[in-house]
Amino acid sequence: MRLTQGCFSFLPDLTDEQIRAQAQYCIDHGWAVNLEFTDDPHPRNTYWEMWGLPMFDIKDAAAVMMELSECRRAYGDRYIRLSGFDSTHGWESVKLSFLVNRPTEEPGFKLIRQEADGRNVRYTTQAYVTDKPEGQRYG
Amino acid sequence: MNTNTQTLDAKASTLRGKERYKSGVMEYKKMGYWEPNYEPKDTDIIALFRVTPQDGVDPIEAAAAVAGESSTATWTVVWTDRLTACEKYRGKCYRVEAVPNAPGSYFAWIAYDLDLFEPGSIANLSASIIGNVFGFKPLKALRLEDMRFPVAYVKTFDGPATGIVVERERLDKFGRPLLGATVKPKLGLSGRNYGRVVYEALKGGLDFTKDDENINSQPFMHWRDRFLYSMEAVNRAQAMTGEVKGTYLNVTAGTMEDMYERAEFASQLGSVIIMIDLVIGYTAIQSMAKWARRNNMILHLHRAGHGTYSRQKIHGVSFRVIAKWMRLAGVDHIHAGTVVGKLEGDPRTIRGYYDICREDFVPQNLENGVFFDQPWASLRKLMPVASGGIHAGQMHQLLDLLGDDVVLQFGGGTIGHPTGIVAGATANRVALEAMVLARNEGRDIAREGPEILQTAAKTCLPLRQALEIWKDVTFDYASTDTPDFVPATTVGV
Repeated sequence: MRLTQGCFSFLPDLTDEQIRAQAQYCIDHGWAVNLEFTDDPHPRNTYWEMWGLPMFDIKDAAAVMMELSECRRAYGDRYIRLSGFDSTHGWESVKLSFLVNRPTEEPGFKLIRQEADGRNVRYTTQAYVTDKPEGQRYG
Repeated sequence: MNTNTQTLDAKASTLRGKERYKSGVMEYKKMGYWEPNYEPKDTDIIALFRVTPQDGVDPIEAAAAVAGESSTATWTVVWTDRLTACEKYRGKCYRVEAVPNAPGSYFAWIAYDLDLFEPGSIANLSASIIGNVFGFKPLKALRLEDMRFPVAYVKTFDGPATGIVVERERLDKFGRPLLGATVKPKLGLSGRNYGRVVYEALKGGLDFTKDDENINSQPFMHWRDRFLYSMEAVNRAQAMTGEVKGTYLNVTAGTMEDMYERAEFASQLGSVIIMIDLVIGYTAIQSMAKWARRNNMILHLHRAGHGTYSRQKIHGVSFRVIAKWMRLAGVDHIHAGTVVGKLEGDPRTIRGYYDICREDFVPQNLENGVFFDQPWASLRKLMPVASGGIHAGQMHQLLDLLGDDVVLQFGGGTIGHPTGIVAGATANRVALEAMVLARNEGRDIAREGPEILQTAAKTCLPLRQALEIWKDVTFDYASTDTPDFVPATTVGV
């Protein structure tokens, strides 16, 4: 399967040049750029691991690309996402978020159904890879 | 901007003391409902009406009558006024202007003291402001154009249960409009077949599917079946994509008890969103908004019925007022127009509605039909929904006109795709992502849109097919509800 979280997952994977342009778009709007990685792609896994602190004061997306290349070197077998965070009043949250790295194999999710009363079904979505311990899931 | 209007400068004619309370009938403008020297207080609620008096009726008297009938007055003098602080409680018309290019119609500004209204009740507010007065005989027609709510009043409401930001956080979707589709045909599908449409559309790339306004619990599909099959579809699609998905389960029903029962079942099944129709009424809407807050539920409002009173400029209630009431009442989504689709929508007027939904402070903007500065005092933001006759080929216009914080709903534009619902959904999602990517790269999407779509279609067959089949579809009709003030033309040097 192909995980379609993030803003651009239905397009062919972005090139570094395209990623740089989106990072620069964030910077130009005053948003802090953040890199995060995970090997648990569950749709409700909110807290991916942070690659250092959000980059609050950079002017040039080249700095983001350097961090991304470091992050890929360490965690290139996992999902990595880039996000832009807007701290202005009334938003104070993420403004843009998209995947910039994905594992070569994406086994997808198992849907577990537990039959309950009155035709109710309790659903659980589980990534096949999370049967394995963290750090041994991809590659 | 040249507003080109003419303020009517009739002097105050209010009678005072004994003269004022002589038994019998007296003109409203003499009873204290026309006060041209009145300075509205920061805490006053202000309403702007478009008043069209019967032939021969003095516009000032007509406007004063509107102020009177929407506040304390009755048709004759009553001595019991003197048992109250009646001057405080009178609605005061303080300004009347001829409407530009509309002979016989007048704008009337009326200020109401905050004490006239129960805190946190749209029912109470609307019972005053649009209660009796719209049937008043001396008027040919009457329209409520806009209202200004003071912060003190805004703060008596909870506002949207979820709001745009928290909705995005819950769904984990940032940086682009959300995508939806209304299940079609809107009537007749069985629960099992209905869920099929939901599954295909969500798997294909949409974030949401939606029940239509009139799908409740009919012989062909009872509500529990719809909910059960739809949630099977949502969960399947979630597992297939790894994305959070939702379907607006319409809980509209004949009684509040039925609506609560349906909402609770939706919540128990793990739905992230439910929906209601505007026709359930303001009190029911506020009740469901409170329920949604208690149950971490996004609340979608379909504005079913509004066209009966919002569309004609001469009479009724402008949708911008309804949008303000609904932000106070606390829904999270509201249909607010598409500009380019099949339903009524002048671009500037719709811009005004979107600002009312999404901004924390909306400044006066007559060109967009917004008559007052409106502070929202951090009340959460209401997500506008664009739905009705839109398709992938218009993506550049939609993104350019409506921005990121909107749900774009392609019903026919998904389900009507020649190679199926999955393909229809994928075409829309690819078109959207390509357009957002291009805009963020600094391209002028309004101009280069068609070219950006064609490029994206090279690697996406469903988009290529969608662009081909709907290439000539536009809905180009004159709008009936347009702003009265036009931007001044700039004279070239």
